[in-house]
Amino acid sequence: MRLDCPHCGKRDRREFTYRGDALALLRPDPGAEAAAWDDYLHNRDNPAGLTRELWYHDPCGTWAVVERDTLTHHVAGSQAAAEADR
Amino acid sequence: MRYSGLRVLAEGLRGNKGWGPAWRDPEPKASYDIVIIGGGGHGLSTAYYLAKQHGLTNIAVLEKGYLGGGNVGRNTTIVRANYGLPGNSEFYSHSLKLWEGLEQDLNYNVMHSQRGIINLFHSDGARDAAARRGNAMINQGDDAILLDRNGVRDLLPYLDFDNIRFPIYGGLYHPRGGTARHDAVAWGYARGADSRGVDLIQNCEVTGIDIENGQVTGVQTSRGPIRAKKVAMVVAGRSGQVAALAGMRLPIESHVLQAFVTEGLKPVLDNVITFGAGHFYISQSDKGGLVFGGDLDLYASYAARGNLPTAEHVVEAAITLMPMVGKARMLRSWGGIMDMSPDGSPIIDKTHIDGLYLNCGWCYGGFKAVPGSGFAYAHLIAQDRPHESAARYRLDRFRTGAGLMDEEATGSQHNLH
Ligand SMILES: Cc1cc2nc3c(=O)[nH]c(=O)nc-3n(C[C@H](O)[C@H](O)[C@H](O)COP(=O)(O)OP(=O)(O)OC[C@H]3O[C@@H](n4cnc5c(N)ncnc54)[C@H](O)[C@@H]3O)c2cc1C
Ligand SMILES: [Zn+2]
Repeated sequence: MRLDCPHCGKRDRREFTYRGDALALLRPDPGAEAAAWDDYLHNRDNPAGLTRELWYHDPCGTWAVVERDTLTHHVAGSQAAAEADR
Repeated sequence: MRYSGLRVLAEGLRGNKGWGPAWRDPEPKASYDIVIIGGGGHGLSTAYYLAKQHGLTNIAVLEKGYLGGGNVGRNTTIVRANYGLPGNSEFYSHSLKLWEGLEQDLNYNVMHSQRGIINLFHSDGARDAAARRGNAMINQGDDAILLDRNGVRDLLPYLDFDNIRFPIYGGLYHPRGGTARHDAVAWGYARGADSRGVDLIQNCEVTGIDIENGQVTGVQTSRGPIRAKKVAMVVAGRSGQVAALAGMRLPIESHVLQAFVTEGLKPVLDNVITFGAGHFYISQSDKGGLVFGGDLDLYASYAARGNLPTAEHVVEAAITLMPMVGKARMLRSWGGIMDMSPDGSPIIDKTHIDGLYLNCGWCYGGFKAVPGSGFAYAHLIAQDRPHESAARYRLDRFRTGAGLMDEEATGSQHNLH
């Protein structure tokens, strides 16, 4: 599997670290209800198909939001996390 | 039909013409008291114990493929009770006791072999952790022996003891741990459930869950609608999709785990060995193949195949630990889809919908749980209260934070357990 780094282009999977669903970018307010934290920390859509997830490109230090198909491992695109749609 | 040594002999003399199918292939009825979604190890054992322990037999197990075609037939078959935290300790202890009587109970040879498991450690800190875990196992009533370096050398002389990065300091030995024949476990439970009247329905995918006024009323399937008073979900890696049919979002992320087998060899490896520091474990099957595996591929996946980097890592760890493995030729590798939970421990619970039950979150350790999970899930479904061995496997522990069971202390990230 090869993934897209927004800076470096297509790179081998070995260069990346996976950090789970991109909802990690949507951190609730500190005072949010327990249910919001439960959704953030634990519950997942877990799609069989297209998903958006966070990958860290170890060599250049970029956090990327990668769109990937969990059935085929096909990578559809990626954006720098800082610029990604939330 | 009862199986016995005498019967095998008699059939052998009569050209094996007297064997019948081990279970029926019934058409689905219009309604059942209980519908179980998923004909893996856990679904089949649940049906068996509902019939045997609770006398309930108006039950269907709905399987979208064929019985035993999921993870129950893809795993590396390790059976153990060496957990360290309350919740898991009592559950896996109970499950191992069921294993120990399983072949007599099912009248089926599942080739359960208590050949012993050795978890190696490579530092003082890891030795302390192993001693603590061993004490937890002993307190639970199970068996654990802390081996020093020479103790390990007596059992496993072929390991590389002087590896600079991972010198072997000792191991935690669990003599009652071992392996079993995975397919036989599915088949044995299937036969036991079928002979008590449970309908096992294959090629039947559940595509909808019917709910009226907060009460489950049945399911939609690829073979038509089926009404049911109670519906039990137990679909391992597909838990997210099936629960979504009931509008639920689960604390589960599905990941691929690979396994590998070599060509058949003469007996070289008597026990199960785990090399946790290198993410590797190995045993030898009764056919002679070395069966081994390692970590997840570490990203969400529903493809029942993995990627090369993990395969490379596993093989590197194998050769680091036991250089002789390098001489064997690898035959096959494959993958299965794991229902990873945020604390690495499972869920056996009711849902907020009346009559709908949830069993999931087995991560990569659910084969050894097949008897215990079926036993506890059957109890929950039949009596609407948890069995004492699984009372801590609550769904709400994630929301409340009370009673999380994070054996590896890695925090709430699904792929790190
Ligand atoms: C490579 C590998 C190694 C492993 N090693 C070990 C080990 O050494 N020890 C251990 O204890 N555990 C191990 N495991 C984990 C263990 O195999 C699983 O935790 C366990 O088998 C899961 O429960 P199950 O048997 O019920 O799952 P499955 O056999 O996967 O059963 C789920 C069933 O649900 C069916 N299903 C899904 N969706 C639907 C639907 N909509 N309608 C109808 N049916 C549906 C599927 O077709 C499937 O047959 C390993 C797993 C893998 C992949
Ligand atoms: Zn980069």
